[in-house]
Amino acid sequence: MKAIWKKLPALAAIAAAGVLGLGSTAAQAQGKTITLCWAAWDPANALVELSKDFTAKTKVNMKFEFVPWPNFADRMLNELNSKGKLCDVIIGDSQWIGGSAESGHYVKLNDFFAKEGIKMSDFMPATVLGYSEWPKGTPNYWALPAMGDALGWTYRKDWFAKPELRAEFKKLHNRELEAPKTWDEFKQVAEFFTGKQIDGKKVYGTYLFTERGSEGITMGVSNVLYPFGFKYEDPKKPYAMDGIVNSADAVKGLEFYKSLYKCCTPPGLTNSYMGEGLDAFKSGQVAMMMNWFAFFPGLYKDPNVGGDKIGFFVNPAGPKGKGSQLGGQGISVVSYSPNRDEALAYIKWFASPDVQKKWWALGGYSCHKAVLQDPGFTKSAPFAAEFLTAMDQVVDFWAEPSYAQLLLSEQKWVHDYVVADKGTAKQALDGLLGDWKKVFKEDGKIK
Amino acid sequence: MSAVRELATRAAVATPPAMATRVRGLSDRAIAWLFIAPTLVLLLAINIFPLIWTIRLSFTNFRANRPNANVLGVGIDNYVSVLTDPDVWQAMQATAHFLFWTIALQTLIGFALAYLIDRKFRGHGFWTTVILIPMMLSPAVVGNFWAFLYQPQIGLFNYAVSYLTGIPPSSFEMLGSVKLAPWSIIIVDTWMWTPYVMLICLAGLRSIPDYIYEAAEVDRASKWRQFWSITLPMVLPFIMLAILFRGIENFKMFDMVNLLTSGGPGSTTEVASITLKREAFEKWRTGYSSAFAIILFVAVFGLANIYVKALNAVKNR
Repeated sequence: MKAIWKKLPALAAIAAAGVLGLGSTAAQAQGKTITLCWAAWDPANALVELSKDFTAKTKVNMKFEFVPWPNFADRMLNELNSKGKLCDVIIGDSQWIGGSAESGHYVKLNDFFAKEGIKMSDFMPATVLGYSEWPKGTPNYWALPAMGDALGWTYRKDWFAKPELRAEFKKLHNRELEAPKTWDEFKQVAEFFTGKQIDGKKVYGTYLFTERGSEGITMGVSNVLYPFGFKYEDPKKPYAMDGIVNSADAVKGLEFYKSLYKCCTPPGLTNSYMGEGLDAFKSGQVAMMMNWFAFFPGLYKDPNVGGDKIGFFVNPAGPKGKGSQLGGQGISVVSYSPNRDEALAYIKWFASPDVQKKWWALGGYSCHKAVLQDPGFTKSAPFAAEFLTAMDQVVDFWAEPSYAQLLLSEQKWVHDYVVADKGTAKQALDGLLGDWKKVFKEDGKIK
Repeated sequence: MSAVRELATRAAVATPPAMATRVRGLSDRAIAWLFIAPTLVLLLAINIFPLIWTIRLSFTNFRANRPNANVLGVGIDNYVSVLTDPDVWQAMQATAHFLFWTIALQTLIGFALAYLIDRKFRGHGFWTTVILIPMMLSPAVVGNFWAFLYQPQIGLFNYAVSYLTGIPPSSFEMLGSVKLAPWSIIIVDTWMWTPYVMLICLAGLRSIPDYIYEAAEVDRASKWRQFWSITLPMVLPFIMLAILFRGIENFKMFDMVNLLTSGGPGSTTEVASITLKREAFEKWRTGYSSAFAIILFVAVFGLANIYVKALNAVKNR
């Protein structure tokens, strides 16, 4: 017995060596693995499908870390700030670009693009500006435009086609019941549907974003503010915001959003974002829904409200022109990744026109001109033409390193005004301006 | 440190002599220190060190999302900013409102339930278990299903109110109305945690010896008199203990508020913990939020200490 005990360390060493040996053989057989981090939503599933081609081509395995949208920023920014190695490649939100570039979270891609012949001129200018550049408007690239997106609208085409409703609407407004092109038309349509009984159910005119916690209500409000003439700063004088953020046009836009919320949205949606919008639309509660283009392929395939029953339209024009809230993301390599070469190989593969075409076909929104400027693109999906139009008129929120502070201030002020009925639109925008100036002062951007 | 030394001495006394002789060259005291060292190290690592670090950060302009930026000392600026920030005071007001009403309702209902259960009627064991169910559920589950219950179009809560009052169910929004949202959270917290208060009160009621009531009966004291002169004074330390536990717990309430309203509508239900989380992990104002956390810690610690002294005074009466 004693002899066995004496031999035990040697036996254990042999066993450990065996296990390790087997492990390393298996690892070599499987090749390297990189992890891609993104939000958990429909396009992420399309990317999983698409990435199988990358693994087949390079033998590099893909792992995915998808986080639901409400927690996406918290989870991923924590990961980046703690210099975590979870993600090799990340599809981060457009507003993160400033902070991630300045804090060294993302690898600068200029040299890599030059070496691999990847040209930013091959991508839609708005997406390069929104997803890749920091500082904005300079040729410093921290991401490849990956997922083009903007806020758009869906509507119940089958309800709009009902003869009795069309007749009633025409009698009321002396025009056809069609997808609205201006905000005035939009409100008429929304008011028209609110309270109607359709298919035995009481329906409402529209669904709007009201979410308080992350970015929801800001995205929704901005989508109305831009066509009403809202600007973030003086175009000639960066960070000059007095009389711009709180301009009379901006006040009118904010008042208009509140009037829509009060007149024509279903009750109870006081803290609602993308998911609740999809639920409201799919359950036949609303005639029109604000949401991201990213969800439109899935909605078009929906057996209950998709196909012939659904229509799409671009954000209506306002008194001061057009504008849509930019969504979407660029794909970046995390600077703390131990697998930088493989991560860069993924970016290179993803940038190729063939992969971009397949990305669009699977339900992702390519930003590549080879896809978007293809003569057949606008006919390739019922929402493709609207998507192109929207991407031509997009405006994005601040992408400063302090974007989160700026965003949360707007969340508070507009939610207080729109949902909680506190103060006036002017007071809300004055308060917002005060907060933003404080943030930029702390950052040393203004005196 | 004297408490630690006392603990080491007690452990040394309790150590069997045989063990001390087995470990040559180590005194009983050293062995005792050896045993409590892992606990002390853990305590220092996960409690004391973060606290000291937070105090240090509270005097700087550090932001966790800008690791490359210069960290500068700002003196007591962060503390001044917190104490003069109207948003912080609004959050403290929301917290105080929530604390007051949840504790008042839970104490009243919890004590009443304990008093009823203590009557030992037929099936009281079954009903005790039924009453305890809410506190056994996860706050995440409770928050989510109450959000559905409060939904004005399909929620059962609105239909129940409508049935009782005749008000149309879709005409009011518990979570979306400035007036009703704070009460919606108070209702959920009371529903969930009243059983806990009931349990503590029940323990208090069961600890009162029967002979005291028998003596009161002999003296022909009325039931009301017995309640005021025997039951309430003897169960008071238990009630105060329940209030202390619920007070500390609700001061840091986060999960339920986050799930039900995220602090909205507007900032109506933004309690201190929600504000703190936003400042620390969404706005990344680490120095400022550290100062806020220290202020909250001192407030809770101070109030709890005063309360414990009052509790001891009641117990020693």
